[in-house]
Amino acid sequence: MAICSYLPDLLCKFPAINDTTIRMARKSVDDGFKALVREYVNVIDALVQPLQWFLNYLEKLFVSSPWIVILAVMVAIVYYGSRDIRITIGTIVSMLLIGLVGLWNDTMVTLAMVTVCTFIAIIVGIPIGILMARSERAQSIINPILDVMQTMPSFVYLIPVVMIFGIGKVPGLIAVVIYAVPPMIRLTNLGIRLVDKEVLEAADAFGSSPWQRLKNVQMPLALPTIMAGINQTIMMSLAMVVVASMVGVGGLGRNVLQAINNQFFTVGFFNGFALVAIAIIFDRTSQAYGKRLQKHSEVIHG
Amino acid sequence: MASHAIEVKNLYKIFGPRGREFIDQVKAGLGKTELNEKHGHVLGLQNINISMPAGGIMVVMGLSGSGKSTLIRHINRLIDPTAGEVLYDGVDVCKMNENDLREFRRHKTAMVFQKFALLPHRTIIENTIYGLEIQGVPDAESRKRAQGWIERVGLKGFENHYPNQLSGGMQQRVGLARALTNDADILLMDEAYSALDPLIRVDMQTVLLDLQKELKKTVVFITHDLDEALRLGDKIAILRDGKVIQQGTGQEIVLKPADEYITAFVKEVNRGRVINVETIMKPLSGNAEGMPIAIGTVLESAARMMTLANLNVAHVVDTNGKPVGSLDLGTIISAMVTPIGHQLQAA
Repeated sequence: MAICSYLPDLLCKFPAINDTTIRMARKSVDDGFKALVREYVNVIDALVQPLQWFLNYLEKLFVSSPWIVILAVMVAIVYYGSRDIRITIGTIVSMLLIGLVGLWNDTMVTLAMVTVCTFIAIIVGIPIGILMARSERAQSIINPILDVMQTMPSFVYLIPVVMIFGIGKVPGLIAVVIYAVPPMIRLTNLGIRLVDKEVLEAADAFGSSPWQRLKNVQMPLALPTIMAGINQTIMMSLAMVVVASMVGVGGLGRNVLQAINNQFFTVGFFNGFALVAIAIIFDRTSQAYGKRLQKHSEVIHG
Repeated sequence: MASHAIEVKNLYKIFGPRGREFIDQVKAGLGKTELNEKHGHVLGLQNINISMPAGGIMVVMGLSGSGKSTLIRHINRLIDPTAGEVLYDGVDVCKMNENDLREFRRHKTAMVFQKFALLPHRTIIENTIYGLEIQGVPDAESRKRAQGWIERVGLKGFENHYPNQLSGGMQQRVGLARALTNDADILLMDEAYSALDPLIRVDMQTVLLDLQKELKKTVVFITHDLDEALRLGDKIAILRDGKVIQQGTGQEIVLKPADEYITAFVKEVNRGRVINVETIMKPLSGNAEGMPIAIGTVLESAARMMTLANLNVAHVVDTNGKPVGSLDLGTIISAMVTPIGHQLQAA
């Protein structure tokens, strides 16, 4: 570069820390982390054991039940959730197609995974969202963490997850939850913050305790927004199960991964469409349910 | 339940993060504009002293920004004061701890809001029992009590509707029923009728007056409408820029406005509906002539009665029927039409 002949070297070439120092630092961090994990491996295993049981139980239940029972239960849930005959018929048709192309069992594995992930995301996400809504400080601390969780490429945080929990379903589950929980937290927070100040004031004026205010006013009024959060969480867990298959989660995701590795075009698409079908079923049902919850807000009086 | 008075004493409210630091300066005479320009704090209320009559309707009137909504929120401490006291039964509401305050709000006060503030996800009956529900009153019992009030405010048949299905006037009836179901001694009404159409507003005023006749609660009513204030208020306080500029009965305010601001206000008032016969009656000279008119009758009603009876003279009688003064149609009419009265008073 011509310009570099006029400039001091320091301003021309970025003064990076030298390679040896970086390598040393990296090695000590990695080793330290590994040592730490090794130290507490029993504690970690004991902590995640309940998740493992829950996941295994649900997976076994889904896979070993006769398909007709599963389909009947699904149709019942979809119908009572959405009260929409078209969504129900769509569910039946897509599930039958999935079965016909031989993906029933894999779909059940994925379904079990997504169910557990969503369940955990709700259990973890709603309290954190409530905390954020109650305290500005909590919000200012948690928000950047959520930003990191959402923008960090999912492959990157698979690394520490695998280092801590090893390969298997539970690490996959944790990775999916990390990916899927931010919208749950954010929308719970948003929903509570959007509750009409006048109504809250009324609740206070009648002497509500903080818990009564949360239970009677904030949560019910935030529910439509929270439902949107649940919907997003389901969608994101479905998207993430493919990535999670890289650390040993079975089901449709693993088929997709194999299809990528082996250039199985048709297999890839079948599995992909199976995921899309499940996603649409979940999405339409939860949205229709959310809408029904807001029936009271339909303005009938002009 | 016997009603109790509320005493507001030396109440100051300065909005802003460091309000307390400026309280001495404000007490020493720092004005609202200065405080805002120099320190970026807003003077909400200054040196409020009002004694609200037990079992009567106290109206606090003022235009927007006068601090009237801030004032009513100090009574159940939805807003904490910067300095001063709000005494109820000798207890300073401003010094209550969290639990006492909650109990005070649950059992002693009930509030009606300008924008109704109903819970949109609950039906009318569920909204009405809200106060009792959080007190822990059993459901069956609270529903029974709520049902009575829903009927009293004229919403029978709408128990299972949602608030959004009702018109504004009906929603405010729910707000009123919700407050009454609490059976609290103090009823706080924050511009409760301001969002309603004029006709419905008058209708709701009547509902309140009728209920008040038998309930005798200590009502604090906020409004920006002088006609409403005069119709409802046993006592009226007029607020401007966070200060009480006059307080007294409606008649006192109409007949002796404290300054030009209030004079301008009362100019438009229908005086015939405010001034009572005893205010303008002349001493009895000789025998009581004409028809008897009870003390407390407003001029308009008196004029109507006399016109119907085709009489030019009447006499005012007290509650025992004893004549206390005399009255003629000319005096009534001149009191109703001319504002000369208060120009003379002001001079």
